[in-house]
Amino acid sequence: MTIQITLDQLTPGTCCTITGLSAANMLGQRLLDMGIFPGLTLRVIRNAPLEDPMQVEIEGYSISLRHEEARFVEVEADGD
Amino acid sequence: MGTDKLIVALAGQPNCGKSTVFNALTGARQHVANYPGVTVEKMTGWYRYGDVRVTVVDLPGTYSLTSYSPEERVTRDFILHQAPSVVVNTMDASNLKRCLYLTFQLMEMEIPVILNLNMMDMAQNRGMTIDTTALSRSLGVPVVPTAITRGKGKTDLQAAILEIAGQGLSSVPARVDYREMTPYISSVQERVTALTDLGDRYPVRWLAIKLMEGDEAVRELIREKTDQYAQLLLEVDKFRQQFKAAMDTVPDMHVATCRYRAAEGIARPCVTQSERARKTLSDRIDALVCHKLAGPVFMVGVLWTLYYLSIVQGYQITNYTWPLLAGFRNLVSDILPVSGFIDVPLTRAFFLWLVDSVNALLNYIPIFFILFACIAFLEDSGYMPRMAFIMDRLFSRYGLHGQSTLPMVLGGIYVGGCAVPGVMSCKGIPDERSRLATILIIPMLNCLAKVPLYVLLINIYFAPHKGWAMFFISTISMLMVLPVSKLLTLTVLKDKETAPFVMEMPPYHLPTVRGVLGRALERVWLFIRKITTIVVALAVVIFVLLQFPGIGPDRMAQYETRKHAAVRSFYEEITGTGYEADLADNRLMAMIHFWENFRNKKMRVKSPEEAQAIDMEFEAANARFFSLVKPGRDREAKQVNRALKTLIRERSQLLQEMRAERINNSFLGYAGKALVPLTQWAGFNWRVNVALLGAFAAKESAVATLGALYEQGDASESLESRMARGEQDFTPLHALALMMFMVLYPPCLATAIAVKLQSGSVKWMLFAMGYPMLLGLVVASLIFTGGSLLGLSGLQAMAAFYLLALAITIAAGFITPARSGAT
Repeated sequence: MTIQITLDQLTPGTCCTITGLSAANMLGQRLLDMGIFPGLTLRVIRNAPLEDPMQVEIEGYSISLRHEEARFVEVEADGD
Repeated sequence: MGTDKLIVALAGQPNCGKSTVFNALTGARQHVANYPGVTVEKMTGWYRYGDVRVTVVDLPGTYSLTSYSPEERVTRDFILHQAPSVVVNTMDASNLKRCLYLTFQLMEMEIPVILNLNMMDMAQNRGMTIDTTALSRSLGVPVVPTAITRGKGKTDLQAAILEIAGQGLSSVPARVDYREMTPYISSVQERVTALTDLGDRYPVRWLAIKLMEGDEAVRELIREKTDQYAQLLLEVDKFRQQFKAAMDTVPDMHVATCRYRAAEGIARPCVTQSERARKTLSDRIDALVCHKLAGPVFMVGVLWTLYYLSIVQGYQITNYTWPLLAGFRNLVSDILPVSGFIDVPLTRAFFLWLVDSVNALLNYIPIFFILFACIAFLEDSGYMPRMAFIMDRLFSRYGLHGQSTLPMVLGGIYVGGCAVPGVMSCKGIPDERSRLATILIIPMLNCLAKVPLYVLLINIYFAPHKGWAMFFISTISMLMVLPVSKLLTLTVLKDKETAPFVMEMPPYHLPTVRGVLGRALERVWLFIRKITTIVVALAVVIFVLLQFPGIGPDRMAQYETRKHAAVRSFYEEITGTGYEADLADNRLMAMIHFWENFRNKKMRVKSPEEAQAIDMEFEAANARFFSLVKPGRDREAKQVNRALKTLIRERSQLLQEMRAERINNSFLGYAGKALVPLTQWAGFNWRVNVALLGAFAAKESAVATLGALYEQGDASESLESRMARGEQDFTPLHALALMMFMVLYPPCLATAIAVKLQSGSVKWMLFAMGYPMLLGLVVASLIFTGGSLLGLSGLQAMAAFYLLALAITIAAGFITPARSGAT
C-alpha cells in the first residue's frame, strides 16, 4: 500500500486527481462548496510569496487555500 | 394586476456580477441597512415595471446554504421567513456547474427560482456555448441569459420576474437524487409531519434534508417552534447514525456530493467548450501580481496609491470643505446668545461644543468618500483576494488574516492613517476571530491625530535625536499590534468562530464608474447617518464631564472683582475723550464683539482687495466703532484704542484662567487627580491625566487641553516652551512613557462607534476602550518606573524598549494557537 499523498505536499506545476476529503464539518463543507470534489483534476499554480497559502486551479477557476487546509485533501498525482 | 407589490430576492455566489444586476435593475433607488444582529449589509432597492412596483433584496453572495457563515444564515432566513415571490439566482455563466450547486439548494426551499446566466459575454470569450433552452428544460425553471455590464438582457429578466411572480412555475423543478439517502429523507419527512405542524409553514423535504445534514440552525428552529423537539431530534440522530454506519460516510458529505453530481449531470449536456481555453488574461495578470518578488512590490504600490489618494489627497480636499463646516459653525454662533465679558452662556458653550464635535467628524467625509471609492474599485477588480493571498502567512501567525492588510494600512501602519476607515474596512474578513482581532488592534496604529502630541514631545525632549525618535514612534506601533493581537487571539477571542481560509480568486474585472461611485456614496451616507447620532449623544456626556461642577461662587466672585477692576480702569483711561458715551454700559460689550469679529474676519483675508471690502463693511455697520478699531491719526481714538487693547487682553487672560480652572474643577479634572496614585508609576501628573482623558473625544484635543492647562503668560510663547517651563521636573523618560501611552491610547469617539458597528456589540466597544488603557498604563509604567530604577536616559530607555518589543513580537510569531474546526 502506498502512502496517501495530500494536496499540501504538491509543488507548483503539478496536476493531480482528488481522491477524497478527510475533513468534516466546516472545513470539509467549505471545500465542497468551493467545488473541491473527489474525482476532479486539480493543478497547483503557485505558492504565495511567503510559501503559504497556495493557489490551485480546478475546473477553470482558481482557489487559494492554506497548506494546513490542503492537508485534508487527499490526492493522487497525475503522471505525465 | 394594478399596483401589486412584489418582493424579489437576488441570490448567487460571490463574484458572479450579482451587484451589477442589482444596480441595473434598481438604478439609484437603493437603501442599505444591516440585518438584525449581524454585520451583514442588507441592500434593498425597487423598480417599476408596467404598473407593478418590484422590491429587490440583494442577498449576500454565498457558495452554499449551510449555516456555517452569517451570510449563509441571513440568506436562508430571508428566503424562509420573508417568502419572496421569486428568487433570481444570478450566476457566472462560465462556472455553470459550481453555480448550479447553489441553485439546487435554492430550489429545495420550494420557492420559484429564475436562473439568470450572467456574464454570457465572458463565457463566449472563453469559447463556451450554453444551450439555455435545454438547461431550462432539464432544470424545470426559466433561464434568462444576460450580459449586464454590456447592457444586455435587463428587460428580459424583468419580464421573466413578472411572469413567474404572477403565474408561478409552469413546470416541476428538477430534484437532486440523494441516492442511498432518499429513504432516510422520506422517513425524516414523515416524522416531521407526524410530530409537528412545521409543514404548514416550511418546506418539509428541505427540513428533512437539512436535518440529515445535521444543520445546527434547523435543529435550533425545531427546538424553538415545536414541543416535540426532543423526540424528533433524537429520532433524527438515530437516522444519521444508521446512515453513517451503512454508508461509511458522513451524511453532509454525501449530500454535497449528490448535489454536485446533479449539477454536473445537468451542466454537461448543456455546455459545449469549443477549444481548450488558452491562458486567460487573469492568469497572465496573476503571474505578475502573485509573483514571489513582483507581487509584494505591486501590492506596496497599490496600497501606497490608495493611502496617497485617500489620506493625503483627502486631507487636501478638507482644506476646501472645512470652510463650509466653519461657516455652519459661525451661523450657529450668530444665532446663539452672545457671550458677556467673562460669562459665556451655557447654551452657547453647549451648542458650539456640539457643532464642533459633529464637525470634527464630518470633516473626514472627503477622505471617506475617496477611500470607499478606492475600496469599491479594488473589490470589483478582484484584487482583494490576491492581497490576502500575499499577506496571509505573516498575519495568520499573529491571529490576523490575509484580509487584515487593507484595514491596517488605512489605520496607519507607519504614521498617519485613520482608525475609523480602518475599522470600517474590516467587514470583509470572513473569519470572526481574525476580524475581531483586527478591529481591536487598529486603534493602536498611528493615526494622524496622535501625531501632534508626538511632535510636541519629541521637539521638547528628544530634540537632538528627532530622526531616531520619529523612527521609533513610527515603527513601534507595529511591534505592539502583532503581539497584542496574538495575545487577544489566545485569550478573549479564543472561543470565537474561525472560518477556513479557502477562498476563490476570481477573474479580474474592470470596475464600472457607476458601480464604484454608487457604492462609495451609499457607504458614506450610511456612515453619516449611523455615526452622527451617536456622536451627538456622547458629546453631551463629555461636555457635562468637562463643564461641571465648574467654578465655585467664591472664585467666581473673585473673577467678577477682577472684571470690574479692569472695566473701571478702562473707563478712567478714556475719560475726557469724545468716546465715553459711545462705550457706556452695554455698548462696551457691543464694541468688544465688534472688535473680535473684525479681527476674526481679517485673520482669514488673503488679498488686499478682500481686506478693503471688510473694512468697508465694518465701517458701514458702525463708523464710530470702526474709528476705534482703526484709529488712524486721530489722537483721541488712538488713546481709546490702546485702552481697549489692554481691556481685551485682560479679558482673554481672565477667560483663559477660568477655562483652566473649570477643567480643574470638572468631573474630568477630579478624575485626573484621583488617578494620580495609579498613573504616578507612569510619570503622569494630574494635568497630563486630564489632557489624556479629554483626548478621548478626539486625540487632537490632547495638545489643545495641555495648551489650556499651561496658562499663557505671553500670547506669543509657544506651547513647547510653556510646557517645558510648566513641567520643569519632566524628563525625556516621562515624555517617552507619555508617547507610548498615546500609541496604545483607546480609540477616539468616532472609532469607538465604528468598532460598535463592525463588531455588532457594545460589549466589544467597551472592551476596545478598556484594554488599551490598561495596557498603556502597564507599558508606560514599565518604561518610567523601570527606566528610573535602571537609571536609563530617555534615549536608552527607548532603545531598550524597542528591542524588548521586537523580541516579544518575534517570539509571539512562534507560538502556535490551538486550532478549532478541522478534525
